[in-house]
Amino acid sequence: MKKNEMQLGAIRLARRQLLKSLPLAAALPAMMYAPQVLAQAKIDITRGRVEPMPIAIPVFPGNTDELKQMGKDVSEVIAKDLERSGLFRPLDQKAFLQELSSLDVQPRFADWRTLAAQALVQGSVDMQPSGQIRIAFRLWDVFGGQQMEGKGYGTDAANWRRVAHMIADLIYSTITGESGYFDTRIVYIAESGPAINRVKRLAIMDQDGANHRYLTDGSALVLTPRFSPTGPEITYLSYFRNVPRVYMFNIDTGRQEVLGDFPGMTYAPRFSPDGNGVTFSAALNGNSDIYTMDLRSRKMVRLTDNPAIDTSPCYSPKGDQLTFASDRGGSQQIYVMNADGSNPQRISFGTGKGRYGTPVWSPRGDLIAFTRYATSDGNFYIGVMKPDGSGERLLAQGFLVEAPTWSPNGRVLMYFAQSPNGGRTRLFSIDLSGYNQREMVTPQDASDPAWSPLSP
Amino acid sequence: MKLGFVGVVAISVAIMLSGCAKKPVQTQQATAAAPAPTPSAPPPSGPAPDSIEYFNTVVGNVVNFAYDKYDLDAAAQSKLKGQATWLKQYAARTLTVEGHCDERGTREYNLGLGDRRANSVRQFLIAEGVAANRIKTISYGKERPACVSSDEACYARNRRGASVAQ
Repeated sequence: MKKNEMQLGAIRLARRQLLKSLPLAAALPAMMYAPQVLAQAKIDITRGRVEPMPIAIPVFPGNTDELKQMGKDVSEVIAKDLERSGLFRPLDQKAFLQELSSLDVQPRFADWRTLAAQALVQGSVDMQPSGQIRIAFRLWDVFGGQQMEGKGYGTDAANWRRVAHMIADLIYSTITGESGYFDTRIVYIAESGPAINRVKRLAIMDQDGANHRYLTDGSALVLTPRFSPTGPEITYLSYFRNVPRVYMFNIDTGRQEVLGDFPGMTYAPRFSPDGNGVTFSAALNGNSDIYTMDLRSRKMVRLTDNPAIDTSPCYSPKGDQLTFASDRGGSQQIYVMNADGSNPQRISFGTGKGRYGTPVWSPRGDLIAFTRYATSDGNFYIGVMKPDGSGERLLAQGFLVEAPTWSPNGRVLMYFAQSPNGGRTRLFSIDLSGYNQREMVTPQDASDPAWSPLSP
Repeated sequence: MKLGFVGVVAISVAIMLSGCAKKPVQTQQATAAAPAPTPSAPPPSGPAPDSIEYFNTVVGNVVNFAYDKYDLDAAAQSKLKGQATWLKQYAARTLTVEGHCDERGTREYNLGLGDRRANSVRQFLIAEGVAANRIKTISYGKERPACVSSDEACYARNRRGASVAQ
């Protein structure tokens, strides 16, 4: 156990372990306003393209050099999270007219209005007598002069970065009305070496690229990792000993385990929404069908029985349906069926000769993201459609773009893009609106991203 | 709980055995009987007939497929008949058939397609009389291309079943 901890770095704490004290009211006597929401400091992200909201995020003051540095780092992480969302435009700190030297200093809203800031984040970093640090903030509506939100977090100093993400999540959710996605991680496949003999490793990082580490050593080919919705586990495909099988990987302990005993290849795994099951494809004598396994009883149920390639199964968030890809109609298309395998219905039709794959149900349940290959123009697309197949929208296009994964709030998709002729393979994110496309910078080439749920 | 295993019927084609087995013998005779064309002619060279190199280069260990297809055309069938003959001649040899795809498909679908291709090859060899327990399959999907150019010539090379002899 000790050894694993050292190899794996700090084990990720659940929020309840991380945060020892929370209520801000007692600690902050100046907070006398009930959280009140004014129209100016609101963003409606369902509206499509949104003009980013100017937000002022001064350095969080601290009273020692160490705390000062931490306060600077915290405000920077918050600003970068909000900026990358495309919904906020953090203002240049050099332009600020007022120094907020503590959490109790009343902002001079006129000064902040001069900068056209619509929201202001006032914070502090303090050392507690217990030796823990306390990071606190208030979110102000600058035009209304009202506090919209305020909270303090007591924790070990090493957890400052997570607290910064949680504050960014709270700012995001207060202003947009949607839950945030900054206190999350990305597991993906790190790629290196020549294209004909690529080395692929499981890797994990925070959603902003921090705390990057490799989970496997590259000796076995690994593909298609997916996060558990409930625990620190990943399911993925490994060619360990040249036998492609679905495995489970516990991120905290490093423990790996093969899922079940099958005569043929198992692949394309994905957790059920309660985290207690995994659905996947099993191939036997050239025919792939979809199965689901209960992780507690290890009982397995076959969901499709068709001579076609049935693969890429993904549950709906309620767990009552699955979407999957199949070529049973002649070419690869997307289908939806009941969770017991009954009533499969094709939902992808598109125009021209489109092939559809990798359907992934949004955590909100309203959309299914997919990869589309248009043989007519030779391009790949990332798109979304409603679960009944209507309302298809293409969001990203490229020589090869593939494998969308949803942010836990269902507002952002991440995917990978590969350049032609064995060129670079990189991760990108894009808003559901089709705007705000960003590269997710990784140390090596990267593919098969999977977004974690919000950390517990 | 086990998967329902679809039984593979090994079709024994005993009639072909004697005819096919002659081939290497004829080759040897031809080599021995050939008069030396010049005094400085090199000794008979090339890989030994039972070697993996012979199988890969002389018999040919790769067959190709059309886009998103797994059926074997006449050229592929002809090559696989040669593989079956060789395997029956050298009974200690076993095979792993790799199924591969080009990059113009999603990763997971290509794993399924590669599995289909590898099994097409395997079933053909079984039908030609090779014992089923001598042939394993593995799908690599689009993970192990033979070439990396993004053009049809390279894609065609990558859509393949590669018989790896042991």
